Amino acid sequence: MASAPPQIDRETQLRMYRIMVDCRTFEERAQELFFEGLVRGTTHLGIGQEAVAAGVAAAMRNDDYTFCTYRGHNHTLARGVPMAPIFAELFGRATGLMGGKGGSMHLTSVKHGAMGSYAIVGAHLPIALGAAWSAQYRKSGQVAVCFFGDGTTNIGAFHEALNMAAVWKAPVVFFCENNQYMEYTPIREVTAVEHPAADRAAAYGLDSILVDGNDVEVVHRVAKTAIDRARAGDGPSLIEAVTYRHGGHSRADPGKYRPDDEVAAWKARDPVPAYRQQLLAQGVGETELEAIDGDAREAVAAAEAEARPAPEPAADVLETQVWTDGGSAWRN
Amino acid sequence: MPPRTFIDAIRETLADEMRRDPTVIVLGEDVGKKGGVFRATDGLWAEFGDDRVIDTPLTESMIVGTSIGAALNGLRPVCEIQFADFIFPAFNQIVSEAARMRYRSNNGYGVPMTIRAPYGGGVHGALYHSQSVEAFFTHVPGLKVVVPSTPHDARGLLRSSIRDPDPVLFFEHKKMYRSVRGDVPDTDYTVPLGKAAITHPGTQVTVVAYGLMAHYALEAADRVAEDGISAEVVDLRTLRPLDTETLLDSVRKTGKCLIVYEDNRFGGYGAEVAAIVAEEAFDYLDGPVTRIAGPEVPGVPYNHVLEEWFMVNPEKIAEGIRTLAAY
Ligand SMILES: Cc1ncc(C[n+]2csc(CCOP(=O)(O)OP(=O)(O)O)c2C)c(N)n1
Ligand SMILES: [Mg+2]
Repeated sequence: MASAPPQIDRETQLRMYRIMVDCRTFEERAQELFFEGLVRGTTHLGIGQEAVAAGVAAAMRNDDYTFCTYRGHNHTLARGVPMAPIFAELFGRATGLMGGKGGSMHLTSVKHGAMGSYAIVGAHLPIALGAAWSAQYRKSGQVAVCFFGDGTTNIGAFHEALNMAAVWKAPVVFFCENNQYMEYTPIREVTAVEHPAADRAAAYGLDSILVDGNDVEVVHRVAKTAIDRARAGDGPSLIEAVTYRHGGHSRADPGKYRPDDEVAAWKARDPVPAYRQQLLAQGVGETELEAIDGDAREAVAAAEAEARPAPEPAADVLETQVWTDGGSAWRN
Repeated sequence: MPPRTFIDAIRETLADEMRRDPTVIVLGEDVGKKGGVFRATDGLWAEFGDDRVIDTPLTESMIVGTSIGAALNGLRPVCEIQFADFIFPAFNQIVSEAARMRYRSNNGYGVPMTIRAPYGGGVHGALYHSQSVEAFFTHVPGLKVVVPSTPHDARGLLRSSIRDPDPVLFFEHKKMYRSVRGDVPDTDYTVPLGKAAITHPGTQVTVVAYGLMAHYALEAADRVAEDGISAEVVDLRTLRPLDTETLLDSVRKTGKCLIVYEDNRFGGYGAEVAAIVAEEAFDYLDGPVTRIAGPEVPGVPYNHVLEEWFMVNPEKIAEGIRTLAAY
């Protein structure tokens, strides 16, 4: 009989809950502000996928690296990047994380190890591997975690990075958030195997790891094992966590191509209230959880209040920061 | 037929060509049931089914590579790259393979493939959904590059592209999809590849443009007309092969040439136009060949102030015309 998994300490549990609630509260507000016209362009929300961001981040060391996709609010928040500059970036303010140059899709905060949200699908897998390779070379003990979607498993860069990672035994964890859709196309319709990441692991000599991405503790345990392994020099892992986005692919998408009962079934497995219930059942007090919920609401409101009145960047900021001297000269 | 939007013209032409020729197939990410993220292929899957309208996995090199193979072997694939910014994973297939097939086989086979991709900024797409990529491809012998600016031309040029025996990159400015309307004849007309159009006759300054910038150039020509300046707008329509005759005739007439493009200026397509004008119309020039183009930054930023600053607009073009006219 399988032994019960080790208990996760209370502090980590509450931290994971806090991250999930922060992410959920932040993104729900971001969505409202989109409809108010404060956020332009597009956004890709991770509502429904918070357990992955929280469970993994809580297993990372402060100086580890996160590489994620345009669906990157949660992963950026989970690394402790403050909310105000993220909101400000969504609003395109001068005080935004990237001074308003990037917007929602490209959040980056090097000092938090949030090494970027990438919008060219697949591009960041080799890059994350390179960061891990550097850590290995420098013996820094850092681990790189790379998040990507199910759709990403069909582009060459995925396979290229996995092969090299395995050859190098690099300290990198490839984390596939299988939300079952590649934009509008169900992943199973365009993929040769049932589990787009896990079923490919064998091709690179890696274990096939498939977990419930809506259970934050399951995610945390599997991430911790993989990160510890990587740090110990035992090589990369490829993890597939099955999850679901509650909304559409991006702001413009109501997600109507998904069967109603499928959406309803996954919403019934919403990771945030599920974890709340789990914690209550384990004896965490309702008031303690309410305090966390309230803190998250206050943090989001305060961040919005700080970001809203911040100035827009001056137009000539456009031609700055191409080079290390802050300029963009094209001739000497 | 009532006026059509730019994207209507593209969608209807795809459907017409598929009806006319059973070897025309459409493939790309979300082009089938969804009808494309911009809905340029809406309705095709319902009409032509899975065999001819293919939802591919997320892999541009495979989309283009398999299209090349199918094109060598009797089909006329029309691939959609969801945004021009995502074309680079397929760059190798396009530049190393598609462009050389006819040459390497000593005209034994060719690649009748069309690659459609929305390009351009001004829609808050930010760093990875706004790029102009034409210059990477106009450099390559063996590729044709088309950038229509009106629904009429989109229809006529897309027909020509699909029917062409060689690979064509067909770039559609996404800001024009629903904002540009125009009359489109209900006939099987084509617009030949490699033919520019004079869209605004004038005598003092030639303004060379394509895509969205061809519209802005027209607006600029109207603005400077109020100052008594007569500008002639040449809409190139096809960038490679270039209609040097129309271009040079115009410059020889006006003696002044302003080239407008949205891409960053250095090494952009306009540099080639400028070089040709300098080489072949030097004796007629009455002022420096000039360019109005994007700034030297590696992407279009998100914030709207920055994006507006990035984008060439009618006023910047009008200023360029005034300066050149006064030269
Ligand atoms: C190279 C490239 N091709 C196409 C796209 C357009 N695109 C953006 S997201 C996406 C689907 C990605 O699906 P998945 O990897 O499952 O991630 P998810 O959005 O579900 O998180 C596509 C096709 C892109 N951004 N980059
Ligand atoms: Mg997905």
